[in-house]
Amino acid sequence: MNELSASSRITYRAVMVRPGVARRIRGLSDRTLAWLFITPTIVLLLAINIFPLLWTIYLSFTNYRANRANAPTIWLGADWYQSILTDPDIWAAMQVTAHFVIWTVVIETVLGFGLAYLIDKKFRGHGMWTTIILLPMMLSPAVVGNFWTFLYQPQIGLFNYVVAFFTGRAASSFQMLGDVTLSPWAIVIVDAWMWTPYVMLICLAGLRSIPDYIYEAAEVDRASKWRQFWSITLPMALPFIMLAVLFRGIENFKMFDMVNLLTGGGPGSTTEVASITLKRAAFESWRTGYSSAFAIILFVTVFGLANIYVKALNKVKSR
Amino acid sequence: MSLDASPTIARRDLADRVLRRGPLEALATTIIAAGVVMLMQPFSLTLYSWSFATTLFGTVMFTIVSKVRE
Repeated sequence: MNELSASSRITYRAVMVRPGVARRIRGLSDRTLAWLFITPTIVLLLAINIFPLLWTIYLSFTNYRANRANAPTIWLGADWYQSILTDPDIWAAMQVTAHFVIWTVVIETVLGFGLAYLIDKKFRGHGMWTTIILLPMMLSPAVVGNFWTFLYQPQIGLFNYVVAFFTGRAASSFQMLGDVTLSPWAIVIVDAWMWTPYVMLICLAGLRSIPDYIYEAAEVDRASKWRQFWSITLPMALPFIMLAVLFRGIENFKMFDMVNLLTGGGPGSTTEVASITLKRAAFESWRTGYSSAFAIILFVTVFGLANIYVKALNKVKSR
Repeated sequence: MSLDASPTIARRDLADRVLRRGPLEALATTIIAAGVVMLMQPFSLTLYSWSFATTLFGTVMFTIVSKVRE
């Protein structure tokens, strides 16, 4: 009885002593309250995403240079776009990017799916092996770039010694990062080492989502393991593999940090991927308008690929 | 007086079949993929020059058709 009267006293006091703000908030509709909560996020999004994007689009049509901010800005129309899309050097950078993207995606998908297939068998100690395999993915690209630079050293690098051990060549007879033929493969190896575990994780999720009863039905029908793999495992895991391929494709298309740390685009321009060319145009040549146009071209490409990625993601979700 | 409604119905059937999200999204996706391939292929500078326009067209088309009814 006492408790009841105490609680009602508290309620009474709360109703009687209403602060002004609380009274005003109570008068607001649910819709207004929702807008009140999401407005800071929208403002932040506009300030740090949408405005810079619109500003970059504007700059891509001008001769603006960030190191001469006070110089008069002249409207150039689509000149920079025309210049970039007819430039053989930029075209070459796109081909270097393509080499990097295609080979990393192929190697990561094949190895990642293979590892996922093995891990899915749940052998003794598979949990520990999963953790060990996932370790490279958890490292920072800056750290990975730096320590692979040491591993690739011709004099002291472990990588050269391992290759020398298996091939019989002298360890110092080749330079992974300094050779025109080997350097594109050096960055492919590092990226594959770092991101294969990620592809493995996605493929493992795909393999674990296949119900056991399908395999049991196949066993009843006396389907061989090979037939089960091609008719059940691969088709059912395919949306997940597609997801991994698209994600890695998009990420590697805009790869910058690791390539910059390992080779900086060299030797010459053999590993100069699109993002390195963009950085050089923007912050070494200070051609801000030109680099803005280039950034927009890359952005549209990534945005287009992201649309396909979202479509694939929805397909996976609907399963 | 006779009214021949069959051409209108046939046209509507065709429109219903084609103007759906699924086929249009598939078309837009193909155009985007073609644009990306054109951007990175090593064979023709002309194809490279038209890659951005193709990807942009596909992306805009995808954005529009994703609002079309299922």
